[in-house]
Amino acid sequence: MSTTLRAGAMPAPRSSLVGPIFRIFLIFALCMALPWLFYNYTTGRHSGFMLTMFSQMGMMAIFALSYNMLMGQAGLLSFGHAVFFGLGGYFCIHLLTAAGGGSLPVPLEILPLIAGLCSMLVAIVFGYMATRQRATAFAMITMGIGELVATAAVMFHAFFGGEGGVSSDRMIDRSLFGLTYSQGVQVYYLIVAWSFISILAMLYLTTTPLGRMANACRDNYERAQFMGYDPKFVRFIQFALSGLFAGIAGGLSAITYEIVTFDSVSGALSANALLMVFIGGTNAFGGPILGAVLITLMQSGVSLISNSWLVYVGVLFIGMVTFAPAGLAGLIAMHSPLQQAGRLKPLIVPYIRIVVPGLVTLIGFVGVVELLSFKTIGAAQGKKLVLFGNPIDATTAQPWLIVTGMFLLGGLWLWREGRWFHTLWEAMMADLKPKKGAAQ
Amino acid sequence: MTEAAIRLNDVRKQFGNTEIIRGVTLDIVKGERHAIIGPNGAGKTTLFNLISGRFPITSGEISLNGQRIDALPPHLIKRRGLSRSFQITSIYPRLSTFENLRCALLWNQGYKYSFWHTLSRQKELNAAAEHLLEEINLTARRDVPAGLLAYAEQRALEIGMTVAGDATVILLDEPTAGMSHSETDYAVALIHRMTEGRTLLMVEHDMKVVFDLANTISVVVYGQVIASGKPTEIRANRAVQEAYLGALEA
Ligand SMILES: Nc1ncnc2c1ncn2[C@@H]1O[C@H](COP(=O)(O)OP(=O)(O)O)[C@@H](O)[C@H]1O
Ligand SMILES: [Mg+2]
Repeated sequence: MSTTLRAGAMPAPRSSLVGPIFRIFLIFALCMALPWLFYNYTTGRHSGFMLTMFSQMGMMAIFALSYNMLMGQAGLLSFGHAVFFGLGGYFCIHLLTAAGGGSLPVPLEILPLIAGLCSMLVAIVFGYMATRQRATAFAMITMGIGELVATAAVMFHAFFGGEGGVSSDRMIDRSLFGLTYSQGVQVYYLIVAWSFISILAMLYLTTTPLGRMANACRDNYERAQFMGYDPKFVRFIQFALSGLFAGIAGGLSAITYEIVTFDSVSGALSANALLMVFIGGTNAFGGPILGAVLITLMQSGVSLISNSWLVYVGVLFIGMVTFAPAGLAGLIAMHSPLQQAGRLKPLIVPYIRIVVPGLVTLIGFVGVVELLSFKTIGAAQGKKLVLFGNPIDATTAQPWLIVTGMFLLGGLWLWREGRWFHTLWEAMMADLKPKKGAAQ
Repeated sequence: MTEAAIRLNDVRKQFGNTEIIRGVTLDIVKGERHAIIGPNGAGKTTLFNLISGRFPITSGEISLNGQRIDALPPHLIKRRGLSRSFQITSIYPRLSTFENLRCALLWNQGYKYSFWHTLSRQKELNAAAEHLLEEINLTARRDVPAGLLAYAEQRALEIGMTVAGDATVILLDEPTAGMSHSETDYAVALIHRMTEGRTLLMVEHDMKVVFDLANTISVVVYGQVIASGKPTEIRANRAVQEAYLGALEA
């Protein structure tokens, strides 16, 4: 499958904004409606769990997109992007306290922006160091910056609050719209609004001379020099702007949870950004949003029902890197030539033939992982193992045999179907060629 | 009218202990089309790399329109009006043909590092890019990622990207290498048109192209200019014939 996923085969960036903007407005409307799907009319309350998860998705979408300004758009692999998210959070939590105490006459809605601007100042300082380099040297410097700030977060208690972090209260009674933010749904709407603004701003940036030259420097920084551009300066501005949006996301997180801890600047969160962006796809603008939604879903949803959710994230990551390096967005984009030719229908049966063995393998894999993890952790905690709704006795051989069998045989079946699918796909793509051949 | 667009004064370049450019002194007169010929490995590309700022010189002086440029980085040299192409095609493979050309025009049209203009709304910029696209005959390939273009198409794009904007001095490194006869003829006419009123310095192996385009020829052999003059003089020069032309025609 990988041959059809080459980066070179991706469509060139669109020059028109109309299509994407319409889509974003549609998504915005859906986001506004979303909490009401989980509204409990008997208690008259929204589902707190869902609200928190959707809020998290919103800020992670901003964070992932800001990361992709470096990774996808400028070809810069950063290992320290959480620094700007986390610092945005710390700035915002202090601003919140100041605004609540009356020493800062600014409404709450504006605080994420101020936090983002503060983060941008930090990104200007760190970016000055990091963006003089590119490729591996850049990655190493950002890693160093990440470690530096993570260490500082534990050392300097006045700003970072030490191990316990810094907490505050968002009900400061200072709002542009007279909102108290006592309910989660109000915070959610604030996040939707800022996500919307940030996403549009980042989309806009991709259409500007700077955005295009970031792509150019990614593709061939040397040629950019001979066009009058200093690639270092292109990277520098891109880095600073990316810090702004990461800071806004961090600020929203501070308002949502009313606490900011050391985790928010940690290497783990930086790795998470990489994960979201890679799984979602770096080439399409919206890819990182998909990644943010999926990873958050796994973090909040799957982590509720399984201790091993990180294993699943890891396997998903490896699987995507191996089989679909262009991410979810890349998988979708692959189908667009077929869709344009109106040939998606013939794929329905092949997809069923892939999905069925895929599910068998997945269930087998989940079974193996859960049994193993139950053996090592769960049993010691005196819990009972429940798999797919069935109570299971992990001390007998039967469940082990079933899941291992499903995993291995399903995997074999999937592999065979996969090969067949691959041949079919190639044939379908080859079939399309003559139509496009006119331009060749 | 004999003012030099590019002036090289005893330019030398060493890679490690090997001296590749061994004291080149040369004036490229404003408005002329100047061809550099010479055997492979003579140092022609290296000379271009020195003039355009890709490598620092070891010693000597290089000036552009009377101002020293030998200590400047490539982007500052380009901003002073010198634009170059590459012997080994150097484009933005993931950007479309059109985007490649538009990028080449950006600095020239004053956009700098702007993150407030929308590219698609810049009428003059887009018209100039479309015009270039037509000039290099790639309108049909407008939205194809440049990395997927055929070799000759990429060479045409390379020329287009170099002549984009209003650089006063154009350096072309083997612009027609690998092109078919008809493609070469088209490229020669294109180069002729696009360098009207500018100074052209080009490295070229195809003698037909050289004699079609150039009004001055310099011969570089083993890191030195062994002869420089009008095409007829160069053709008649015994030393050149022995060192180079003879070998080619034999
Ligand atoms: N960056 C470099 N490092 C070391 N040697 C180089 C470098 N660039 C060119 N050379 C050497 O300089 C000589 C001249 O190369 P070049 O300028 O490309 O020749 P030409 O363009 O005339 O064919 C060659 O022997 C080449 O190996
Ligand atoms: Mg050469």
